[in-house]
Amino acid sequence: MNQNITIDAKGIYYRQLNEAIKASLQDKINTIELQNVNGQRYIGAGITNDATISIQGTPGNDLAAYMDGLTLQVYGNAQDGVANTMNKGTIIIHGDAGDALGYAMRGGEVYVKGSVGYRVAIHMKEFQEKVPLVVVGGKAGSFFGEYMAGGILILLGLRGREEQPIVGDYCGTGMHGGIMYIRGSVEEHKLGKEVKPVEMTEEDHQRLALYVGRFAEHFGEDKEEILAQPFTKLIPYNKRPYGNLYVGA
Amino acid sequence: MSLREGEVRIPSGCAISGIMNRKGYLFSGHDIIQSIALMHDRSNGLGGGFAAYGIYPDYADHYAIHMFYEDSFCREETELFINDHFNVEVGGRIPTRKVSSITEAPIIWRYFVQPKAEKVMEMDLEEDEYVARLVMQINAKFPGSFVVSSGKNMGAFKGVGYPEDIGEFYKLDSYKGYLWTAHGRFPTNTPGWWGGAHPFTLLDWSIVHNGEISSYDANRRYIEMFGYKCTLQTDTEVITYLFDLLLRKQGLPLKAVVTAMAAPLWSNIERLAPEERELVKAIRTVYSPLLVNGPFSIILGSRKGFVALNDRIKLRALVAAEKDDFIYVASEESAIREICSNPDRLWSVAGGEPVIGLLEGVEEL
Amino acid sequence: MKVNYLMPEFLIDRDEQRCTHCRICVHQCANEAHLWNDKKKIVYGEDQNCVNCHRCVATCPTRALRIRNYPLEYKNNAHWTPHYIKSIFKQANSGGILLAGMGCDRPYPVYWDHLLINASQVTNPSIDPLREPMELKTFLGRKPEKLSFQNGKLAEALPPQVELDIPIMFAAMSFGAISLNAMTSLAMAAKEMGTCYNTGEGGLHSSLYQYGENTIVQVASGRFGIDPEYLNAGTAIEIKIGQGAKPGIGGHLPGEKVGMDVSQTRMIPEGSDAISPAPHHDIYSIEDLRQLIYSLKEATNYTKPVAVKIAAVHNSAAIASGIARAGADIIVLDGLRGGTGAAPLRTRDSVGIPIELALAAVDQRLRNESIRNEVSLVVAGSIRCSSDVVKAIALGADACYIGTAALIALGCHMCQKCYTGKCNWGIATQNPKLTKRLDPEEGAERAANLLRAWSREIKEMLGGMGINALESLRGNRLMLRGIDLSERDLAILGVKAAGE
Repeated sequence: MNQNITIDAKGIYYRQLNEAIKASLQDKINTIELQNVNGQRYIGAGITNDATISIQGTPGNDLAAYMDGLTLQVYGNAQDGVANTMNKGTIIIHGDAGDALGYAMRGGEVYVKGSVGYRVAIHMKEFQEKVPLVVVGGKAGSFFGEYMAGGILILLGLRGREEQPIVGDYCGTGMHGGIMYIRGSVEEHKLGKEVKPVEMTEEDHQRLALYVGRFAEHFGEDKEEILAQPFTKLIPYNKRPYGNLYVGA
Repeated sequence: MSLREGEVRIPSGCAISGIMNRKGYLFSGHDIIQSIALMHDRSNGLGGGFAAYGIYPDYADHYAIHMFYEDSFCREETELFINDHFNVEVGGRIPTRKVSSITEAPIIWRYFVQPKAEKVMEMDLEEDEYVARLVMQINAKFPGSFVVSSGKNMGAFKGVGYPEDIGEFYKLDSYKGYLWTAHGRFPTNTPGWWGGAHPFTLLDWSIVHNGEISSYDANRRYIEMFGYKCTLQTDTEVITYLFDLLLRKQGLPLKAVVTAMAAPLWSNIERLAPEERELVKAIRTVYSPLLVNGPFSIILGSRKGFVALNDRIKLRALVAAEKDDFIYVASEESAIREICSNPDRLWSVAGGEPVIGLLEGVEEL
Repeated sequence: MKVNYLMPEFLIDRDEQRCTHCRICVHQCANEAHLWNDKKKIVYGEDQNCVNCHRCVATCPTRALRIRNYPLEYKNNAHWTPHYIKSIFKQANSGGILLAGMGCDRPYPVYWDHLLINASQVTNPSIDPLREPMELKTFLGRKPEKLSFQNGKLAEALPPQVELDIPIMFAAMSFGAISLNAMTSLAMAAKEMGTCYNTGEGGLHSSLYQYGENTIVQVASGRFGIDPEYLNAGTAIEIKIGQGAKPGIGGHLPGEKVGMDVSQTRMIPEGSDAISPAPHHDIYSIEDLRQLIYSLKEATNYTKPVAVKIAAVHNSAAIASGIARAGADIIVLDGLRGGTGAAPLRTRDSVGIPIELALAAVDQRLRNESIRNEVSLVVAGSIRCSSDVVKAIALGADACYIGTAALIALGCHMCQKCYTGKCNWGIATQNPKLTKRLDPEEGAERAANLLRAWSREIKEMLGGMGINALESLRGNRLMLRGIDLSERDLAILGVKAAGE
């Protein structure tokens, strides 16, 4: 049974707002609309639940940290630290997002219509059936996918500041797991020394079709048009980039 | 030259005694002198003193500042400071009589003062806090000057010598109060500095104390976080500040203060009823640095009454008695019997169990 | 012929008259220092491979084995000691960063050994701890500045506290760095003794969830094995910023140690490297620390104290003050001598400061700022015995962590080769043939015995000082005197000189 609630977050401190969200979820409410959100941190943090929360406004940092199952719709821009160490769930951001989105994320999906900041998907991981996904519609800053250890990272470059390249420097530096797809090509000097571009396989095309399809659905875009352009696939050279770094004292 | 209290830490054993009339009836210092004199052998002639409440009814609304000065130069310097911060109603020497065993007395002076209202406002403080800070300032910044007491309608009288001689010296039989406490000191050594004798006081609080505590530096370093300066390095000083912090500044109930300072053992706390257990556990958890550990028995005097307390495993003696409106506490039973031969009730106080004597109509110290 | 510049470090001395060539040493040595010659049917030694862990000596049934320093003397030189010469040989061979296990072993002053403890004589009594009550109970967590009462009841509940029966906990050591049997030993011992062990940054193995009340779960930059269930599994959460053995650098568990169990617990694929970045990438500034602290509090509904662990570095006092103001409930300081499974040798031996000085400076700074009582202070990194604990508490610590000492209780012989994964004592290894050598029941008993013994000794010393509750020793620096220290050292430690 569907149970809805609307919470006006205007002027409410995050602790009280999150208490109200948790209390609503306890009451079996499965759709929460938060209005006038502005800067409240930790929305959805640490919550194990499969309800949906829609957020009108600008949620604060660490949105969905350690989150375990919720679906978050953000109608606005998100700040830093979205999906920090997230375990499960879906985040759909109808705007831009800040730095370090998807830090140490282990599972779930994040779709960002616009651009993202620095160090996005840093140290993203995967484990067994958990393969986290981040799809960015716009552009990304430097250190994209730094230390990435697993998961799928897709960057489309459909929008964003004109003077900016699709991705900044040190893309995939320290990467030792997972796959990155970047629409179009990336100059070699932008790549971290641990990654290399490889040929797309049929499996890659299928994977892209699936996730870009979901992205297009969330934001009402044309999937085929996005997929019409070729993609660059990046993977790490090996899973042991630092094997010969040490000698026993 | 041997070092003074404050320059070095001097352990000290002692005798203590206290008498109060719950109805506020005033009586002379005669009894308290007699009581403490009986315990002559618990002191060694290196310190004695008294605190008396209700002795200045004519100036009951004034802070009575008792001072020791080493010389008149110190007095002039300090008086400038006092005049700067207080309106002095009356000032002058405290009358003394010659006693052959009492020598090398400082210049002993007293002032009845009111804080200057504009200064209190300027510093944005309560009057008591204003006075407390100035007292600590004088003790820290005016060498040769020492504030003996600073409360209203009360005073401390102390010096180097046996307590009975000190009482004689200050003519205490000529004062009348409703609460008297006394102290006979047995320090291991002392340079014979009068400021080092007890009681120690701050505002209305006076403490007489017996025993050397083992938690001194834990207590001191905690209390100094709250702006107190332990200039004397004595147990008595730090215990006074602990009471001042908890009772006056933090407004804790006396029972909670006693629980903090002489906390029940954890094994006993576990056996309390759940609600009480949570309460005591919280007090002991939050105020653990205020546990006074090691041997002590103390009498804390205030204008509302007194509390006597000894350590939680009873390493120091404490006896209490009641007779009509009078309540007595002392290190030894005989010191009570000496002045009240036939009390209505007399008991040996348990470790950590407070003896509370409050004036009629008063609920908290 | 290419000459190997490196001579063996140790000489395996086999008494041929006693040796029966039973091959136990061959089976016991994962380093292959003992080998079997099938043709001659004899056991022989390969000195080059010996790490002097004593496993063969302890298991030889005929006591035929002795291990000596290799009798190779370099020309005397006070500056170019063999250590530096050999290090250069190794690096010239490999181009590698020198790697070491356990803590700094350089001969810097050990301040514990320059502090002496007081006892009561006459002016107040010493207390007999065997017959009179003696309390070691300790609470870690944020304390309000004061309690408020309403109608004789508490106006507000206390923030969550970790309740310890003894002021000694087992320091963070991750599953991966040490074996599951070692972790289980510590978890069981912690439960037995009413204290806590710490998961380290490698997640919490499913078999250890049952020890939750005695578990501190760690959150480090690698965020391994962290999900809401993990965060709620323990009695407190510790954010690891740094560790004493390697301040300022991250960690790296090589893929060969990531077997199935470690993989499950860390929630990463088998065989993949587990890299902990040097910083937390959500903390680039002190206000970010507050953000992480409160994200953990939000995720656990404010039911767990949050600790922040830093390595003792030059500016620890200011940093600790910032940590307290960022909302941490417990500050953990890990000193220069803190152990590790693997650290670059030069970092291990040259970065950071001794815990004694850091502790004294931090405690005093927090007092100067009147916030000492609001946070708890836990110290780690070189606690060797009960009197070190007593001295740490008197300097101002609320409790201590022991890591190296705990591992020694489990059988570690301090060969410092943890990073090889070949620990013959079954502690710092994931090799099932080796890990089974450590029986968790036996390990737990040994670790608990150590805590029991130290508790008894602490009580003896407390009683001697006339103190019957540990809180009265906490920060009680008058109970300490310094010996053979400079004026500056004494001032930093806040203690008087012996005789003063």
